[in-house]
Amino acid sequence: MILKKYLGADGYKILKLGITRDHPIFAVGLGICSALAVSNTVANAIAMGAGVTFVLIATAVIISSLRSLIPQRARIITYMITIASFVIIVQMFLDAFSPTISEALGPYVALIITNCIIMGRAEAFYVTNGVRFSVIDAVSNGIAYTYTLVAIAVVREILGFGTLLGFQVTPDGWPKWVVMSMAPGAFFLLGVAIWISKTITEGGSEEEEE
Amino acid sequence: MTHAITIFIAAILTHNIALTYLLGMCPFVSLSRSTRTAFGMSVAVIFVVTLTAAINWPIYHLILVPTGSKLIYYIVFIIVIAATVQLVEMIMERFFPPLQAAFGIFLPLITVNCTVLAVSVLMVLRKYSYGMTLVFAFGSAVGWMLAIMIVAAINEKLALVGNVPKGLKGAGIIMIIAGIIALAFLGFGGMVDIK
Repeated sequence: MILKKYLGADGYKILKLGITRDHPIFAVGLGICSALAVSNTVANAIAMGAGVTFVLIATAVIISSLRSLIPQRARIITYMITIASFVIIVQMFLDAFSPTISEALGPYVALIITNCIIMGRAEAFYVTNGVRFSVIDAVSNGIAYTYTLVAIAVVREILGFGTLLGFQVTPDGWPKWVVMSMAPGAFFLLGVAIWISKTITEGGSEEEEE
Repeated sequence: MTHAITIFIAAILTHNIALTYLLGMCPFVSLSRSTRTAFGMSVAVIFVVTLTAAINWPIYHLILVPTGSKLIYYIVFIIVIAATVQLVEMIMERFFPPLQAAFGIFLPLITVNCTVLAVSVLMVLRKYSYGMTLVFAFGSAVGWMLAIMIVAAINEKLALVGNVPKGLKGAGIIMIIAGIIALAFLGFGGMVDIK
């Protein structure tokens, strides 16, 4: 394992946990809003995943390197301002390089600010750990978030529009499942995805309520 | 006047912020286990969403637009929201302790409820006037309340039956319930329309 050697045992463990056991969407239930809302096409999902990953990594660097300077009582507002600044960068980047995706994502880019994944990781991890591990954790959570979004988007785009990344993949007579591209389809698919992931990762152990 | 009613009905039924725009899902998952907590949270949401939209509109149109600093409106909005929530909490603690005891625990959670920021951003994107913004904000919050109350009530009854598959318990079944309700809400489509 080259990756393991490069990151060290601890770093590798953080990377692995973020993608599997502590998966932000399936295991912890964070960031569900955007996972539902922008997973209607694969292009949107990739753009959103990349945006969130960028904000996560940037926030991880800032918060973990400033962690000894941030006053305990003002920490939430510090996270918010940091996150909001990077979200503005993402918004400007999308406006400049991909106006169609920017239009399609609409208010959801701004809502990266309130995406609980970033706030949650900042509070739970970056504020107590060094820069190196925080960045690994950010990458790990970003990957987990992106692949989940893309996986849901692949199913929704093929069933809902009959296309994949804009190219038609289904036969001509394919009846489009319009409901898949709308809100109910998103709810059903995420519900099923959570079910599958829980069954696989937890095996026999029952999840505690509350 | 008819325009205001259209926006109000649309915000509650056809363009429901939870079931059409899929916003405010985090509290959906964590709070929809009982109708009591769901109700407490929704009352707090209605109050905060309307109040912050009412504060954010003048800040955006009277300060940010004339000074040409539209770009930073995300930061300004989120700080206004965080400050308002903090202020409301302090005022409630000082003057209305019973209210604080009932809804106090929900207030800090609201800052990260996407509904609040979404309503403020949508009012900018859709270029609403001040009056329309208030109607839209109130309607959206009421629509959110309707959605979370329905899901919480179904979830509560489902817990009594108790034969939900193990892996589907918790977040999974809430998504499925919300999906069915969203499907039902599609039936309202075409009743009123806002662009």
